[in-house]
Amino acid sequence: KDKEEDESKEEDSCSQQNRAPRKKNYQSTDEKKAEEEGDQQRGKKVPTKEQKESENKERKTNKKGKEEENKQKQDRKNSTSSASSNSSDEESLSEEELEMLMEEVEQKKKLISTMRNKPWRMVKKLSVLREAQAFVEKFEGALGKGKGKKLYAYKMMMAKKWVKFKRDFDNFKTQCIPWEMKIKEVESHFGSSVASYFIFLRWMYGVNLVLFGLIFGLVIIPEVLMGMPYGSMPRKTVPRAEQATAMDFSVLWDFEGYIKYSALFYGYYNNQRTIGWLKYRLPMAYFMVGISVFGYSLMVVIRSMARNANESTADGDDDNFIFSWKMFTSWDYLIGNPETADNKFASITTSFKESIVDEQESNKDENIHLRRFLRVLANVLIICCLCGSGYLIYFVVKRSQTFSKMQNVGWYERNEVEIVMSLLGMFCPPLFETIAALENYHPRIGLKWQLGRIFALFLGNLYTFLLALMDDVNEKLAEEDVVKNITRWTLLGHHNSSVENGSIATPPPLDPADVPRGPCWETTVGIEFVRLTVSDILVTFITILVGDFIRACFVRFVNYCWCWDLEAGFPSYAEFDISGNVLGLVFNQGMIWMGSFYAPGLVGINVLRLLTSMYFQCWAVMSSNVPHERVFKASKSNNFYMGLLLLILFLSLLPVAYTIMSLPPSFDCGPFSGKKRMYEVIQETIELDFPLFVAKIFSYVANPGLIIPAILLMVLAIYYLNAVSEAYQRANAELKKKMQMQREEEKNKRNNKASTNPMLEDLEDLLTPSTKSESQPKQAEDKKTEPSTRSSPVGKQGKAAAPGGSPMTGGRGAAFTPPPHVFVTQPPPLGVRAPYLGQPRPRGYPPGPVPGRGRGQPFY
Amino acid sequence: VYRLHGRYHEMAPNVVPMDYTKDPDVKLPMQLIINMPELKENPFKERIVESFSEDGEGSLSFNDFVDMFSVLSEMAPRELKAIYAFKIYDFNTDNFICKADLEKTLNKLTREELTAEEITLVCEKVIEEADMDGDGKLGFADFENMISKAPDFLRYCFNCV
Repeated sequence: KDKEEDESKEEDSCSQQNRAPRKKNYQSTDEKKAEEEGDQQRGKKVPTKEQKESENKERKTNKKGKEEENKQKQDRKNSTSSASSNSSDEESLSEEELEMLMEEVEQKKKLISTMRNKPWRMVKKLSVLREAQAFVEKFEGALGKGKGKKLYAYKMMMAKKWVKFKRDFDNFKTQCIPWEMKIKEVESHFGSSVASYFIFLRWMYGVNLVLFGLIFGLVIIPEVLMGMPYGSMPRKTVPRAEQATAMDFSVLWDFEGYIKYSALFYGYYNNQRTIGWLKYRLPMAYFMVGISVFGYSLMVVIRSMARNANESTADGDDDNFIFSWKMFTSWDYLIGNPETADNKFASITTSFKESIVDEQESNKDENIHLRRFLRVLANVLIICCLCGSGYLIYFVVKRSQTFSKMQNVGWYERNEVEIVMSLLGMFCPPLFETIAALENYHPRIGLKWQLGRIFALFLGNLYTFLLALMDDVNEKLAEEDVVKNITRWTLLGHHNSSVENGSIATPPPLDPADVPRGPCWETTVGIEFVRLTVSDILVTFITILVGDFIRACFVRFVNYCWCWDLEAGFPSYAEFDISGNVLGLVFNQGMIWMGSFYAPGLVGINVLRLLTSMYFQCWAVMSSNVPHERVFKASKSNNFYMGLLLLILFLSLLPVAYTIMSLPPSFDCGPFSGKKRMYEVIQETIELDFPLFVAKIFSYVANPGLIIPAILLMVLAIYYLNAVSEAYQRANAELKKKMQMQREEEKNKRNNKASTNPMLEDLEDLLTPSTKSESQPKQAEDKKTEPSTRSSPVGKQGKAAAPGGSPMTGGRGAAFTPPPHVFVTQPPPLGVRAPYLGQPRPRGYPPGPVPGRGRGQPFY
Repeated sequence: VYRLHGRYHEMAPNVVPMDYTKDPDVKLPMQLIINMPELKENPFKERIVESFSEDGEGSLSFNDFVDMFSVLSEMAPRELKAIYAFKIYDFNTDNFICKADLEKTLNKLTREELTAEEITLVCEKVIEEADMDGDGKLGFADFENMISKAPDFLRYCFNCV
């Protein structure tokens, strides 16, 4: 603190000096300060803090020396009066001084902002920081000239306040992130890969929340508040036949009964063009919200992917430093739990051993044919499984259609589809894993294959499900015509009967419950999706409960009286299956996207599910899972999952788009009833609500003659951008290779001087007797072809050669890497030949090249 | 910073004063700091504490304590972490990571599960991979060069907070 006070007093004395005609002194201290700051900033890269401290101490002693000089030369004035005297005497500041001052202030500001980066001791940092801040404060106000001064000071103050506000807001935001502490706890126990699953879950929750807000606010609420209430219209009431059972729980569980005729499903919505006093266009809103759900999801996923791609720009194939990285970066500092730490130690050891084995092994002497055969066999088996499962689902869905026509169906028959799909999802992946043991891949590659196969399994299931559903829909459409006629006749009949009764007044409208209803295929589709989602949720939860928790309890408590050690042996505690869970989440989201157009309430159900799943899974992980045996890193898999999500998004967009474009909506339910196609609502809106020219514009834009060139243009743009990015990648690779070659060359210059000598000798022997022309071309060509095949993989060879395999290869590696060096130091004609023959020469055999050169020319 | 002070204080409540305006000279011995939950499982905890302590013995004053956690936090920039990482792995504090340092690091990482020849092989490989100037040990430039290319450095290392 004394140091600091001294420094601030020095400032004052400096400022005092300004008023006195001691400009020189001030300037010199200023310059000294500037120099110091410059040095301090440049000195960021100085490796040792001792050096720096000694440097700084030197400077400080110098400064103190000057200080004492100044003190001796004039009286000390009070520091508090400095500010006021500053303002009164600022007119005496000349232009140059102002500029220098500004520079000073800027430098101090820079110092303040980069303070964090400096490897100094805290004490020093604090003192330098305070000094810099005091300086900036004092002189900032003085920088504004004359009348502009107040404005300048005000601006500065506002800027500072704004920075502070932003910082506070950031702090607040980080506090607001939900579940942060929970996830950190999981991370410390299980490592960052498990935590990445929870982070993904949280992100999904955010996306779903936004979607839910959109749908809820723009579609459900207006309909509920401003639309016709329940019971007023045929589409909104339970038909008389079903009313008896409408409130039964079993019916409700199947999403029939009252739930079917509620705002959760498509069928509830009225096709009235505008509702309520706000003239809210509900059908239009429904359509636009449906489209924007997909649009928003697409945007969010792509943005997240781009962000991930930016972060992981470090190349994966830069494995020059395998061992170094393993040594220095494998310890996960976030681990706070002894068990996890044990696992981490074990995994590090295993990883080192693996790398050592990889390093020591030269070629895997394997029977390539056997391997290929096994792999083909495994793939064939798996494709059979996939087809089998696809057919099974199709079959089951068909059966469920026949069931729905029967009267007394048991619980099993009603839920057969969902049960079968869930069972397949549970049993097929382990089956794939066992079959994949045939393939004998590297575990990382094996994992990717496994994920791909599970993905294909789920995808196949989903699409078979959809196809079956489409059949169902078509059937219903055919039925509709029949029902339409029936409805018309019933209404007519009703009118006639009431007329016959002699009433002159208009006949009482038919009770909505009695109107014969058409099969509302959209609602059926919606119901199917909701049922699928709910059963998926249940299966997941039950699996976690039984598979993890009960198993953990069993192992823990029964272990006391069991023959073999349960904890180490067969059941043991479960590990958290990251990939399975993530895939489940991704597929669930795909189903939500598909179903949300037909069942607006589905997203709400999903939000609830994600919320409970977060707490439930956190609890399950902490209480009944053990950390992985191989605590692996979550680095690149993130983009893989995002990629899957994107794929699913597109795939789920297709069915919805197809139905919007080509299927006629039901005639008596939903917001689009009565139209020929759903998208006609847009045309209608444009025609009726917008001014005339908008309609014209749209009709021009929708012209195929305009759209096709636009598509072509986009394709060309994609091609161009792709070419540009490839060029950049190639340039990158080239630069890397160059850097690597330089590195190798540096190393070899110092280390492998000895090993280049045998190579040199060899070449010398080969070339000196080759004065006769016959032997020359052959030998030279041999040498040429040999080196040329080697010079291309120079980068990789250099690496393989350097580690001390046979000295010969080491020598070769050394001999081939100096080419860039040679290019620079040798005259051009030799330089051209250098890659082939001349590299060893410049080393230590100057007389060598001369005869060689003479001999070399006839080669061309 | 208040939270850190709270943690510092609770480690030795009778020694650490609540009031720091008079800049008292209080240091906590290494044993107490090593037992903090964030550091407990870390194989390099002694080295970490030593490299942040003023007197090189491992006792941290509050300033050093804050220093340590500011480097270990997620907000610290990469260069700063690299500098401190180098200091930590340099066991004999000669400003070079020599082979003996590497061996010690490896032993701490694997809890001495590797055989002697495996250890020597790994250390040799590391020096070979990262040593640019060919002096047989890693200077700071080598270390920095190697670490800056590591994709996992920021994520896993030095992120206790």
